[in-house]
Amino acid sequence: MTSALETAGLTHRYGRRTALSDCTFDVPAGRVVGLVGPNGAGKSTLLQLACGLLAPTAGEIRVLGARPASGSPRVGFVAQDTPVYAGLTVAEHLRMGAHLNPSWDSGLAERRVSQVGLDRAQKAGKLSGGQRAQLALTVAAAKRPDLLLLDEPVAALDPLARRAFLQGLMEFTAEQGVSVIMSSHLVADLERVCDYLIVLCESRVRVAGDVEELIATHHRLVGPRRDPADLGGGRAVVEESHTDVQSTLIVRSSAPIDDPSWQVDRLDLEDIVLAYMSEAAAGRLRVLEGQR
Amino acid sequence: MIEFHLDARSGVAPYMQLIQQVRHALRLGVLNEGDKLPTVKEVVAKVAINPNTVLKAYRELEYAGLVSARPGLGTFVTRTLGNDSVAHQPLRKELERWLTEARAAGLDDESIEALFLSTFRRFSEARA
Repeated sequence: MTSALETAGLTHRYGRRTALSDCTFDVPAGRVVGLVGPNGAGKSTLLQLACGLLAPTAGEIRVLGARPASGSPRVGFVAQDTPVYAGLTVAEHLRMGAHLNPSWDSGLAERRVSQVGLDRAQKAGKLSGGQRAQLALTVAAAKRPDLLLLDEPVAALDPLARRAFLQGLMEFTAEQGVSVIMSSHLVADLERVCDYLIVLCESRVRVAGDVEELIATHHRLVGPRRDPADLGGGRAVVEESHTDVQSTLIVRSSAPIDDPSWQVDRLDLEDIVLAYMSEAAAGRLRVLEGQR
Repeated sequence: MIEFHLDARSGVAPYMQLIQQVRHALRLGVLNEGDKLPTVKEVVAKVAINPNTVLKAYRELEYAGLVSARPGLGTFVTRTLGNDSVAHQPLRKELERWLTEARAAGLDDESIEALFLSTFRRFSEARA
């Protein structure tokens, strides 16, 4: 099976600012991928590189096995804040979509519009945030893409609209077997809908992998104070904190932790994401202190 | 037809929650042989979860011999789980008597639960 998105040493700079540096990962097709990270970590840049709106400064990016091309019928993109044409009605959006996309599925578009209760005569500028997001998703989905890229589609929505949007997205995914890459800050949502996760911090990929595998291999260890270097091979410390008597470690380990002096706790996805994000932030602090 | 729901705070993997809900419905007689489970599309449209999660749950249920997938038609229940109404009646009576004794011995709810669970665990381990 080809990859949905594959990068090698992918780097992008805006002038002197590095938005993405040396990213290498490989996302298999048929997955729903969550892309998380703090603001300014490079999530939007990565998505825009994937849909061909930006060109890499260095490195390789391949989407569905090919070099990304802007306007590709195989890739659907919903940009941040789910932009629509405020002056056009819902029906006009669908007509325009049909006109611009040879692969347009008008049956799917009409069905979705009825299902989410959009008024076809309504100007898009007058829609609520939730309705606007549904319209943007409908237009992207009716292209019948093989890969759907969504940049924080639910960030501005209330919980009800958010759930409705994710229900629609998952239904479309189940129906069409499409690959999805979606950035979001709402890890609880991602834990429901995603089966693959990429954590981006400070322009770098901190971790990328299958969600179940991430949950199975990350643990919190609490025990008497000690040096994390003693943990042994095959174990990577993601985050550590120590008091004078106790050590708390977030560890990635494929082998079971059998040392009985550790209390081993399971982590949920949010814990894992936070561990990588706070370690990246702590690393920056250490660099700053070193410069002083 | 049953409807699934998800408890995001339970710490139980989502696919396992779906399996437990089917097994529960089978045990309670809410689902019977020949009944159809909701399609993957129906489940994800309702619960807003990843389609692969539902597929995995249905695969495991099929592997356990509880359901079978008929291509193009859906997934159907092939076996029910012990309906406890009749067969378990004597056991339930005995358990009730034991609970009365435990109460009389001064055990509160928490102690009764802990005693039952620890005994049950030791019993299961001895048999394993």
